[in-house]
Amino acid sequence: MMTFLAAEGAQNPLIPDTAELIVGLLCFFIVFGMLGKKLLPNIQKTLEERHDAIEGGLERAEKAQAEANRTLEEYKAQLADARHEAARITEQAREQGAAIIAEMREEGQRQRDAIIAAGHAQIEADRRQVTVTLRQEVGRIATDLAGKLVGEALEDNARQSRTIDRFLDGLEESASSTAEAAR
Amino acid sequence: MSAHTLLAEAGCHIQHDCAFPAPGLNSFDFKPIFSIGSFDFTKPMLLALICMVLVVGFFWAAFSKPKLVPGKMQMVGEIGYSFVSRSIAREVIGKKGDKYVPFLTSVFFFVWIMNVMSVIPLAQFPATSRFAFPVGLAALVYITYMYLTFKTHGFRGGIKNLVWLDGLPKPLVPLIVVLEFFSNVILRPFTLAVRLWANMFAGHMLIVMFSVATWYLLTPAWFAAVSGGSFIVAILLTALEVLIQFLQAYIFTLLASIYISGALEEGH
Repeated sequence: MMTFLAAEGAQNPLIPDTAELIVGLLCFFIVFGMLGKKLLPNIQKTLEERHDAIEGGLERAEKAQAEANRTLEEYKAQLADARHEAARITEQAREQGAAIIAEMREEGQRQRDAIIAAGHAQIEADRRQVTVTLRQEVGRIATDLAGKLVGEALEDNARQSRTIDRFLDGLEESASSTAEAAR
Repeated sequence: MSAHTLLAEAGCHIQHDCAFPAPGLNSFDFKPIFSIGSFDFTKPMLLALICMVLVVGFFWAAFSKPKLVPGKMQMVGEIGYSFVSRSIAREVIGKKGDKYVPFLTSVFFFVWIMNVMSVIPLAQFPATSRFAFPVGLAALVYITYMYLTFKTHGFRGGIKNLVWLDGLPKPLVPLIVVLEFFSNVILRPFTLAVRLWANMFAGHMLIVMFSVATWYLLTPAWFAAVSGGSFIVAILLTALEVLIQFLQAYIFTLLASIYISGALEEGH
């Protein structure tokens, strides 16, 4: 097929053969065209997709983790709030309870004072009335007694009452002076 | 199959009144497989076409229907792709380099597979040891480099980016400008092409040399021992070549990305 070409004389090897140059460039352009236009962009895209798939998965996992953490924080915050609220309400209730007890106590005191005062007034009024009644009763009894003793009808009311009053005044005076002395 | 193997097969051995058929430049010249007018279709062209089909076919199988959970082919393809996009483009150019990953990936795999053809049975010839293939690719890298330089910095800025270094003592400026111009504008594409070509050329030459010697020395005499030594060296060189094939493709791509990075960066 290929035989020794010494007879034709070897060419200078540093002078490129034009036909070979053209064939070589043509072959290279076909390689470059196929690889550059289709095959390498193909694989580049796939490599990027793979990178995305791997990185994307990691990113999604991280995102989910962050989401979970955030929710946990929220729950913790809510729980803390609730506890705080509960404590606040308890405190408030305690304060209110104390206030109510104090108020009730004061009210009780006031009512007790009022009742005592009313009692005192009642006693005073009763005493007055008894005194008046007693004075009249004593006057009548004394008058009756004196009438029986003296045999003289003491019908003159005016005179009668003056006499009784004088007597009773004298009686009261002596009583009060006795009280003074006792004191 | 190179011309020499055929010659050796013809029964040319030492002690047979046959001179050692030393491999030379003619090992890299092939008779056309077919010709259309003045266009000769040769083995290196066929190899370039096969490499194109292999690279496109592999990446088609790997990436035409990419899945989030990759299959075996896609997994291997992804390793290759991320080798170029991360270890070369990102490392050298940075984030801005993402745009050039398809170009760099194509360069790397096309060059690598063309290099690997050196050790594939029946092919056994690195297409990149024909200067035209490295030249074509280096020219593309150079055009990209120049285009990006002037696109990023404008005309004046682009020129400055190519030849200027900041903070130099005044007397040195003319010297450095000339040196930078030579280094960046003239030598870069040349060294880029020659480095790849020369490595593959020399590697192929060494393997051919020791393979031919193995056959030439294989006679029922004490030479047979030397033949065995030569065979072992050929095998070791093949293993070394596998490493160099990868390394040269890597270096070619790395330098391309360094040039692109230099074109894109703000000043020196």
